[in-house]
Amino acid sequence: MAANNKHIVDFAKIKSTMSDPYKKPVQVIDENGKIVNQELFDTFSDDELVTLMEKMVWERTLHEQTMNFSRQGRLGFYAPTYGEEASEMGIAHAMQKQDFLFPAYRDLPQLIQHGATVEQGYLWSKGHYLANQYNPEGTRSMFPQIIIGAQYVQAAGAALGIKKNGEENTVSYAFTGDGGTSQGDFYEGINFASAFQAPAVFFVQNNGYAISVPRYKQTAAETLAQKGVASGVPSTQVDGMDILATYLVAKEAREFAAAGNGPVLVETLTYRFGAHSSAGDDPSRYRTKEEEQPWFDRDPLIRLRKVLTDKKLWDQAKEDELVEQYKGEFKDAMKKAEAAPAQKVTDFLKTTFETPTPNVQRDIEKYEAKESK
Amino acid sequence: MAKLTYIKAITEGLDQVLQDDPKTLIFGEDVGKNGGVFRTTDGLQAKFGEDRVFDTPLAESGILGLSIGLAATGWRPIPEIQFMGFTFEAVDSIVGQMSRNRFRFNGKMSMPITIRTPFGGGTHTAELHGDSMENIFTGVPGLRVVTPSNPYDAKGLIISAVENNDPVLFMENLKLYRSMKDEIPEGKYTVPLDKANVVREGNDITIVAYSAEVNEALKVADKLEKENISVEVIDLRSLSPIDTDTIFASVEKTHKVVLVQEAQKMAGVGAHVASEIAENKIMSLDAPIGRVAAPDSIFPFAMAENDWLPNADDIEEKVREILNY
Repeated sequence: MAANNKHIVDFAKIKSTMSDPYKKPVQVIDENGKIVNQELFDTFSDDELVTLMEKMVWERTLHEQTMNFSRQGRLGFYAPTYGEEASEMGIAHAMQKQDFLFPAYRDLPQLIQHGATVEQGYLWSKGHYLANQYNPEGTRSMFPQIIIGAQYVQAAGAALGIKKNGEENTVSYAFTGDGGTSQGDFYEGINFASAFQAPAVFFVQNNGYAISVPRYKQTAAETLAQKGVASGVPSTQVDGMDILATYLVAKEAREFAAAGNGPVLVETLTYRFGAHSSAGDDPSRYRTKEEEQPWFDRDPLIRLRKVLTDKKLWDQAKEDELVEQYKGEFKDAMKKAEAAPAQKVTDFLKTTFETPTPNVQRDIEKYEAKESK
Repeated sequence: MAKLTYIKAITEGLDQVLQDDPKTLIFGEDVGKNGGVFRTTDGLQAKFGEDRVFDTPLAESGILGLSIGLAATGWRPIPEIQFMGFTFEAVDSIVGQMSRNRFRFNGKMSMPITIRTPFGGGTHTAELHGDSMENIFTGVPGLRVVTPSNPYDAKGLIISAVENNDPVLFMENLKLYRSMKDEIPEGKYTVPLDKANVVREGNDITIVAYSAEVNEALKVADKLEKENISVEVIDLRSLSPIDTDTIFASVEKTHKVVLVQEAQKMAGVGAHVASEIAENKIMSLDAPIGRVAAPDSIFPFAMAENDWLPNADDIEEKVREILNY
């Protein structure tokens, strides 16, 4: 036996320090509404600060109104976004019109910010074929992806397509949650984008839970950002309850990828204030009020509202007025969605192939005869 | 015209589509500089450049996810999955994603993707290389599954598959790659999708087969001809959709049918063809529908392939049984 007990490789030390570079989430305003990075704060104009606040109020109102419709039985599947406004709107605000969006099922607000209509969002929730009509009409987006991870491998492909097309200042923009980082497609997606040095910006919205499974049960990695290292993808954590930090990081990540430097991975630290979905999930089965309360105190709206109120850029009357305006818009969108034509079997048969195969053609004729009765 | 192997015919077809459409892309594991593990893409990277023909990391789901993203940004991908047994890694990309996107977007999104993948027994490959897995994919709306049985069809079908604006799974039989040669026209020609081919006309009995089993069926037809038994052989070519018109016309003529596949009886497309005939043409039959298929075990260890794979003897036995019913 060797006389000394020196390690050949000090795995214990490696393990204890491997998360270190990723454990400093970028922050501009802290939990108490205090500006902690004045230099970054000063990069925002008053107008931009107000715009970001308006977008968060928009998303919060969208959530509240959508939950109302859901409770009334007027919608189908809906994944609430309550609490994630800073993460989602900060990232969405950095997205450009030409970017190709790969949303997950919780990312309807970003999709609507990118050009889809609220009506289309509601049609998607209800389950109607007119939901995903935005893409060929100018909005570059896949539909909200149900298969967790699939959007990541596809975003790598779109990024390579963008690169091959020679499209300047354009990226693919993909979202997943903390649970999604355990999927094979999560790793394959960032690794493919990296191998091809393709302009993809990958976001992980870490809201602490995948339905009932807490983040720490997904992986022993201390951060999700560090998963970029496995693929040579630069990555960072950001305070996802701070829209200014989230926006600045997303913008920088986007610019880095768009400039031809390969993909970037960003983990936003956020929290889901309520249920996983409208389909009967009950967070009280797996979370305590004691755990939830500190996160409610970190509400991204409270934080920016305080800063803006101090600067005399915001007041409650203005916010109330906005909420009423948005609610009216969402109610109109719901009415339009409810006026959509009834779906026919032939609608589905005709879009199964560009040129129907003989068996599909026979079904089209059979169902056309039924539908014409 | 030139005499070409099945594999060279596919290479010519790929060369043709790369020439015809600058948006076509070939990629996969070892398909670039190496020209593919079977040389199917040999010389294509040298001719068309790394931008058009390129290698990928070793990850099947990534390869087909890449195809979907490329298709969404205006490209016409021709990815390769090195062996069909590895498509399990990418089933979501095929079944859950690309096949559904036209429908999801109400007809406004095309996924013009042709997935090339080798399969088939008889060459003593390692595990999960030879499995016939077509039945995993033939039940998928929005996806076509085709497989050529000869070099002429191989070139014409790969061109049709690539030119089609919907996803096609293109199965290439490993045993056929170098075992046969055909006179192949130079330049572009197509073999239609969705269409079976009557490769031999006959009046006494119909054999419906596909891929390597077509050649086994033709051997049986040759042998029985000497006894004045006239066998009609149909090569399905398209496994999804099944060309029932061609099958029904033949059954109405011969009144007897034997279905042949290399896949296990519980797999393949034989059961689907049988049910179509039973549903639509049962009154035309003079005997039960005969079926020849592999045993319902896992694909065999290499040394047992010859005992396991259905061959001309198995087909002859079943044909005589149905003829003498």
